[in-house]
Order: sequence, then structure tokens, then C-alpha cells
Amino acid sequence: MNNNSRPLLLELKKVGKTFSEDIVALRDMELKIHSGDFISLLGPSGCGKSTALRIIAGLTEPTVGDVDWKVNHGSGAIGVVFQEATLLPWTTVEKNVWLPFRLQNKSFKEKKDEIERSLELVGLKDFTKSYPRELSGGMKMRVAIARALVTDPEVILMDEPFAALDEITRFKLNNDLLALRETLGCTIIFVTHSVFESVFLSDRIAVMATRPGRVIQELDVDEPYPRGESFRTSSSYGVICRKTSDALKLAMEN
Amino acid sequence: MASTDIKVDSPSTNKVVDKNELLKKRKERNIRIGKWVMPIIVFMITIYLWYWIVQVNSIPHYILPGPFLVVTTLIQDLQILLSALQITIQITLMALAVAVIGGVGLAILFTQSKFFEISFFPYAVILQVTPIISIAPLIFIYVDNRTVGLLLCAWIVAFFPILSNTTLGLNSVDHNLKDLFKIYGANRWQKLLHLQIPSALPYFLGGLRIAGGLALIGAVVAEYVAGTGGIGSGLAYTILEAGYRLNIPRMFAALLLIAGTGVFIFAILSFLSHLLLHKWHESALQKEN
Repeated sequence: MNNNSRPLLLELKKVGKTFSEDIVALRDMELKIHSGDFISLLGPSGCGKSTALRIIAGLTEPTVGDVDWKVNHGSGAIGVVFQEATLLPWTTVEKNVWLPFRLQNKSFKEKKDEIERSLELVGLKDFTKSYPRELSGGMKMRVAIARALVTDPEVILMDEPFAALDEITRFKLNNDLLALRETLGCTIIFVTHSVFESVFLSDRIAVMATRPGRVIQELDVDEPYPRGESFRTSSSYGVICRKTSDALKLAMEN
Repeated sequence: MASTDIKVDSPSTNKVVDKNELLKKRKERNIRIGKWVMPIIVFMITIYLWYWIVQVNSIPHYILPGPFLVVTTLIQDLQILLSALQITIQITLMALAVAVIGGVGLAILFTQSKFFEISFFPYAVILQVTPIISIAPLIFIYVDNRTVGLLLCAWIVAFFPILSNTTLGLNSVDHNLKDLFKIYGANRWQKLLHLQIPSALPYFLGGLRIAGGLALIGAVVAEYVAGTGGIGSGLAYTILEAGYRLNIPRMFAALLLIAGTGVFIFAILSFLSHLLLHKWHESALQKEN
């Protein structure tokens, strides 16, 4: 797939992050994100992929280099999904999805339609009045995704969102995430340490190496969407997984 | 997929009784009933033993009155005792209210400014660990108004658990949620209102339950120290006065009321806690399975 046909959304330019003299989390990281990309940051633990995501989210400032946004990236332009669902336990599902709007001082009534639509998209419209504790791990994660979608963000950042779930739930959520993306055409930056997950989901994989963390190779996954269960068992899937594994092995030896 | 190759057995519909599960259920039921029945049995045995000891040894009532004399005194002196109880409860509730305002207010200041916290927290600890009975006489020297003095003593005892628990709660916010609020551009006030205060609620309520009992203790102790009687004195003074007159049955009756008040405050605060938390907090949830 030719990324250059899509407008550039943001660009990491020689981004580096140093926590202390000995700990260099990122060095000279270059990455271009185009509108509509599904890009995975893949790498062993400690390669700085989460740090890169935090820098894009604006949670940490890069030590050197900068993040060049081509669009407005104020409140609501970035949606986030963490490894845990990270819901407010004291309130209902719909009020949790309201949170991004609430912090923009927009009333629940005013945004009711968006909230309902978002919950319908993740298949939870029958659970709007439930409390998080009444939901399973997978359903909680769906609420978190609905919350990230609700502001119609420019980009959704996902930090190993399905790593804590069982495999059956993870596969189901992988499929549903792709279906969501088909519907909404959103841009997703997805951090994972699973080769299989990154190949199944993304159209581009940035393989990262450790010490210092950086992108050592970018792989295109030239497989058309929609991708269903048949893609998981296809031969091209196996070939791309092998290629990605090799790149990852190289990254770890490096 | 070749689903025709897979054969699924339909489960048998026979009812199977598990002995262990039955046993567990029976035990749970016994504990549910026993929770109420056992304390009542213990109570009745204690009352009977008390009665029996007094009778057999013919102990005079100015040393140890029997249980029936205590109840009779309680009924006879009800008017005096109730007006004293009213004073004690007033002081206790006012002290608790001020402890909530002061404790929560300070805790919020602490979380807004780390410098404020590290400057003042040690003094809150010192105030807490110094026995109230040793501070109270000084307070009554410098504070003219008796009620204000009592209130101050009760407050000193009651506010610390609220302060320390609420501070802990306000600081125990899930760090991912904090990040989320930052990403959505929440300001300090929104973070406090929508994130820190709800997170701190269970901690605060735990502190409040302790503070309720402590406010009562503070009020009673302060009154012992204040010592002056007359109109408008509470249960502690009633006990002191009855002691001077060797009116032991009235001492017991007043003691009964103080203990009852303590239990009542605890029950009310536990109920409040249940009301506010039962929908979402682990501590208030019924154990499943």
C-alpha cells in the first residue's frame, strides 16, 4: 500500500529521550504517520515503544528532536487505550465514555448521540447503565475503545491494549478493531510485542531495537483489508510473520 | 471450516448433588444465623452471671449494682441522663463535622502543594500522638468558652484519621487515569473533582468511621478534664458527679448510654459508607461464588 498517497498526519523528527545519563530510552527515532495508517510499533520490552507513544500523546517531552503535527492536536484529537481498561469504577459505562467531553465542559445531554453511537460501534449498547465491575475484561476494553473513539480523534494510540486478555477474547477484539477501522477510517498507532498481532492488524510495522530504542526497520504488510479469520491461516500471513520475526531477531541481536 | 467433522456431545440432564457444596452451603447458613444469635446468647449469659455474682456474694449496690438496678436507674434518671446525652452528642457531632471540614480541607491543600504537605504533616502527627488528656488542661486555661474548649479537644482527636486517610486516598489515583486526564487537557480543578475526590472516597469513609468513635472519646475525655458541672454538662460529668456521690447505678447507666452512642455512630457511618460505595467499590461488594 502506498502511504504517500495519504496526507501526512505527524512526524517524529530525530526524537530522543534520555531519562538519566545511563538510560537512553530513545535515540534518533524517525517515524512518519499518515492519515488512515494502522502502524504497529513492535519490539522487545525496554525498546522504548511505550515511551515513543507517551511522547506522541504529549505525556512526556522529548529530550531532543520534535513531534511535528500537521493537524490540530488539542483536547479530543488523541484517543488512548492502555493495557488496562482504565475506567472510572465509580460510574457507569456511558458516563465513562462521556469523560473526554466532560473534561471539555460539554454536558452529557449535549453529547448523548455521540456516546450512544460509540458504544453501539463496540457492541455495548445494552450495557450503557452497567458499572465497570459488572463487565468482563474484554467488555471493559471495549468501553475503553468506545471512550477513545467518542471524540472522533485524529489518531488513536493503543499501548498493548489486548496483552492482558485471553487469546480467544484477543482474536475477537482484533477482528472487531479492524471492522471498526473499516467503518471509521481512523488512524491507529498500536504498540505490541506480538509479531502475530502486528501482522494481522497493521498495514505497516515499525520494528524497534533496544539500547538505545529506535526504529531499525519498517515493514509494509501489503494485504488488503478487510482481513478476516481466513487471513490468519493464509500462507501470505505466515510469510509476513516469518519476515517480521527475522527483523525482530535482528533487532534483539543489535 | 470443516465443522461437520466435529461432533459435540450434548450434556446429560441428570441432576448431580455435590456433597462438599451442600456442606459448604449449610455452614454458610449457620454462620448467617449465628452472627445474630450467638452474641445475644453471650449477652444473656453475661447478664445472668453478673446477676448471680451480685446475688450470691450479696455485694452492696454502692460497690456493684445488679443489672436490674442499672436498668431501673436508667429509667428513673432518664430525664437527667438524656439531657446530658444530648450535650455529649452535640459536642461529638460538631467535633466530627469540624474534623471532616478540617481533615478533608487540609488533605486537599496537601495534594495541591507538596511543599505545604511536607511542611505541615509532621505537626499533624505530633498533634495526633500527644495524648489529648495532657493537652486538654492547657486548652481549658486558654479557651474561656467551655463549649469551644470541648470542641477543640474532640476535634484534635478526631481529625487525624480523616486527614491521613483522605491524603492517602487523594494520592492513590490510578496513574493511567491521571495520564488520561492529562491527554484530555483536564485542569487542576477537574482532576480534583472528577478523579481525586471519587478515588479518595472509600479511604475518607474508612477514616470517618474511626473518627466518629474518636470524636466521642475526645468529647468525653475533655469533659472529664473540664470538670465544671451545672446546666449544660454532658454524660462524662454525670459519671464524675455520680461517682462523688457513690451513686454507682447511675454511673453504670450513663456508661451504658455512652457505649450505645458509640455503637450507634459507628452503625450510622457504616451505613453511609455502604450507601455510597455498594455500587462500585470492592469493599462493599458481596463476595461472588
